[in-house]
Amino acid sequence: MRVVLAEDLALLREGLVSLLEAHGLTIAAAVDNGPALLKALLDHRPDVAVVDVRLPPSFTDEGLQAALAARREVPGLPVLVLSQYVEQLYARELLADGGGGIGYLLKDRVFDAAQFVDAVRRVAGGGTAMDPEVISRLVARGARDEPLGRLTPREREVLELMAQGRSNASIAQRLVVTERAVTKHTANIFMKLDLPVTADGNRRVLAVLAYLNR
Amino acid sequence: MNGVATMEETRIQRHLRAPQRGFGLMVLGIPAMIAGFWFVSVLSMITGLLGIVLFPSAVKWLRRELDGHRARVARWTGVEIERPYLPDPEREPGFSGEVKWFGARLSDPATWRDALWAILDPIVVMFTGALAFWLVLNGLWGYCLAAFAGDLIADAGGTTWYAAVPVDAGYGEGIMPRSATLVIATLSLAAGFMVGPKALDAYGRWTRTLLGPTEKSRLALRVRHLTETRSEAVDASAAELRRIERDLHDGAQARLVAMGMTLGAIEHLLEKDPAKARLLLAETREASAKALHELRDLVRGIHPPVLADRGVADAVRALALDHPLDVEVTADLPGRPDAPVESAAYFAVSELLANASKHAEADRVWIDLRHEHGMLRITVTDDGHGGASLDGGTGLRGLERRIATFDGVLALNSPAGGPTIVTLELPCALSSPKTSLS
Repeated sequence: MRVVLAEDLALLREGLVSLLEAHGLTIAAAVDNGPALLKALLDHRPDVAVVDVRLPPSFTDEGLQAALAARREVPGLPVLVLSQYVEQLYARELLADGGGGIGYLLKDRVFDAAQFVDAVRRVAGGGTAMDPEVISRLVARGARDEPLGRLTPREREVLELMAQGRSNASIAQRLVVTERAVTKHTANIFMKLDLPVTADGNRRVLAVLAYLNR
Repeated sequence: MNGVATMEETRIQRHLRAPQRGFGLMVLGIPAMIAGFWFVSVLSMITGLLGIVLFPSAVKWLRRELDGHRARVARWTGVEIERPYLPDPEREPGFSGEVKWFGARLSDPATWRDALWAILDPIVVMFTGALAFWLVLNGLWGYCLAAFAGDLIADAGGTTWYAAVPVDAGYGEGIMPRSATLVIATLSLAAGFMVGPKALDAYGRWTRTLLGPTEKSRLALRVRHLTETRSEAVDASAAELRRIERDLHDGAQARLVAMGMTLGAIEHLLEKDPAKARLLLAETREASAKALHELRDLVRGIHPPVLADRGVADAVRALALDHPLDVEVTADLPGRPDAPVESAAYFAVSELLANASKHAEADRVWIDLRHEHGMLRITVTDDGHGGASLDGGTGLRGLERRIATFDGVLALNSPAGGPTIVTLELPCALSSPKTSLS
């Protein structure tokens, strides 16, 4: 699996390179600024891009802009955006094209190498990896209103994990319940939110995110 | 302010009300005139002890009357007049302090202009502000003459003139004198209502010429405003730095120290008790995440990342997305203001949003940002219960002071029962938008 990496701090960049290589991924290019990132993405067409939001030369949201620009050229190009902060505004922009293959995580999530690499692989496979902080804020905001307020606490927990992009198996493992129990919860959630039930995991995540982002 | 109220009147209302307003300005200006004459009398005695003793109170009286008159002129003519007085020097104790204060008042040109105005105004007001009133009065008098007063005068053997019409023994005979009176009276009445607003405006401008600030006093007032807002800005930023220092010291810094110590302990335990070491490592990782979290919150409070990345419009949008209330943002900003203005505007909106949910118990908030006439204009409207005031403990006064550093102004409209509308205006230029990467 080929990765293009963009991170301006050399220490962190090297750390990420060795982390990803240790887990069997190939680094196609590791760059440290926005224009170079856009070029690398268009030249290498990687399986996934791991991108820091803030990059030189402007030190604003250059990484995000380059990733969005590349996705306009190459629809569905999987991008995992890392940031010191998560902003719902940016999450919305990343999800706006509805194409999937999007990740948006706090940089701290790198601390848990196994989970992080899992998120990279998930995004590369067209899946979604949203930071728990984005999702919990989204859900907290929506929870004041019907019908989100009708969910049981457990269902809300499942909804949050689902919105982060996790599979049923992963949710079950996290909550220490059987997969069947999770399936039951998700069925209830989709019924209460009046969303069409779909077997496809990724479409399910996008539907939930679109619902929360209304 | 009151100028707005005048603008909301229809044209007809303005014309109809002008005569009584002119009359009001004339009559209510009388105390100012008396104060002015008193002031001049005191001045004529200034070489003697009595003049010196009476001078301060005479100045104060005149200024108080004229402050009232400025407000009246603004209300009725729509001409806003700023106070022109130079700031008083710091009141020093003792004789020399008194002399300094005395000298400052005496040498303030506004003091002399006040006196000049008070002496001339009784004449000027007759031909400007009160003109409409006289014309209307003249018209009414004409009607009275035609109806009954003319006959009364004629019967009593008196003579008088109504414009060019003689009112004497022959007044009652024939239709001519009476109809001429009616025509002239009607014309006079109509002219009174016609010229009313113009006459008031002329009066307002005359008053502003003498009672408004000169270029010199305007500059002096500006210097005072700048001095005040500068010292407030310096205080505020010092307090902010102290808060950041404390947060760092108690938060991230303390956690890093603890992490260092735990790492030291882990080093020792690695060989002896690997299980315990692993436990401690997990704890350390937890602590580092917490430290990061705290730093993140701190930075967000200093300068939110979206504000740095995208500017105030998107930063306010991000704020709205995170806010528990239903917040709608509309923005029309073709570029970005300077960073300090942007930051002040952002934090002002953030505070107003907090007010809306905390004090006004609103459900919905509308925020509008636009750039017009060299001003960044931000309107925050909520559907809460209203009744907010600048001094109501909602921090609006502090907010007003903070944006005053940028010559910004805050207008509050919050009737009991709501809605609350707060408008901020910050003068600023916009830079052209950053050229996008794509």
